[in-house]
Amino acid sequence: MNPNDPDISAIEARLAAGRELDVEPSWRRLTEAIAERAAAEDLLDVAVERHDSPLGPLMLAATREGVVRLGFPEEEDGFLDELARLISGRVLRAPRPSLTDARHQLDEYFERGRTRFDVPLDWRLTRGFRREVLNVTSAIPYGKTLSYAEVAASAGSPRAWRAAGTALATNPLPILVPCHRVLRGTGKIGPYRGGTEVKRRLLSLEAGSGAEPQGA
Amino acid sequence: MLLRFCISQAGPDRGDDVFQETMISALRAYDTLKDPGAVRAWLFSIAARKAIDSHRAAARAPVPVEDVEIGTGGDPALEVGGEIWKDVARLPEKQRQAVGLRFIADLSHQEIAAVMGTSEAAARRNVFEGVRRLREDLTDAVR
Repeated sequence: MNPNDPDISAIEARLAAGRELDVEPSWRRLTEAIAERAAAEDLLDVAVERHDSPLGPLMLAATREGVVRLGFPEEEDGFLDELARLISGRVLRAPRPSLTDARHQLDEYFERGRTRFDVPLDWRLTRGFRREVLNVTSAIPYGKTLSYAEVAASAGSPRAWRAAGTALATNPLPILVPCHRVLRGTGKIGPYRGGTEVKRRLLSLEAGSGAEPQGA
Repeated sequence: MLLRFCISQAGPDRGDDVFQETMISALRAYDTLKDPGAVRAWLFSIAARKAIDSHRAAARAPVPVEDVEIGTGGDPALEVGGEIWKDVARLPEKQRQAVGLRFIADLSHQEIAAVMGTSEAAARRNVFEGVRRLREDLTDAVR
């Protein structure tokens, strides 16, 4: 064998260098074309879009029934994987009319031009008592708040305020189902899926004055 | 990763189409996937089939291809990155797939066997033979 012949490990290293191949130029065009064809054939069980908001980029997902999940910026990584695991592997970044409506209404909400959301929701990611709690929560009017205990009571179990807290902490549809309107009994702001700071901002937005809510 | 594999199997131009066809087929056939944990191997096996379809379609309708300048010699050190994949494209079908799955998709021999529907030993052999043949090609090119 010629001593200048490339050896096996050198060839393997060059083959493995193919993993670094830059596919960015075609990636975007391809994923858009695939999403378009999938939408035309109604192949997607879940469509996902990213929406820029004053809170940062929000992740929105919708099934054929309606919006099923809203994620805060820190949830972007793994968002599609979570939906694939919980709902269906047929999930892609693609437009869907309910997502378009939700995005439009979120813009209006953040500009103080909307006090309630009118988009179809798919509640499949929550069930039982948690679903009850979120149901009650969805009826809390703009700018008003309830305590965990009050929400638990309205959901039929006055002493289950802890479970109510869990239900709100795992709300798959924050903002659209306004769990930020539920506070600790003491008037303290309490925890929030998107972080306490986000909860505070939503409450001050709804308070209209931009002022911090009492006891925050 | 799947897109890179498609390109490794069908070249940069047809690789894009192979990827698109793979994704659409996978979405259509998703209900037939029994084990969601095996989705990766399943996708690569669809891609491997689509790449073969693409090769056959291309063979039926030959079009003038650019001269890939193989065998012109030159300094192998200049032949960096993706150049070697032009040689991979000319490997026999099974070796081409196995080499792509091993080095682009970074699959284990066991996973390659699952994708290609062969024994693990056969998967190992396909990878090995493919790499051996590439070395011969390169050696010839250098001389």
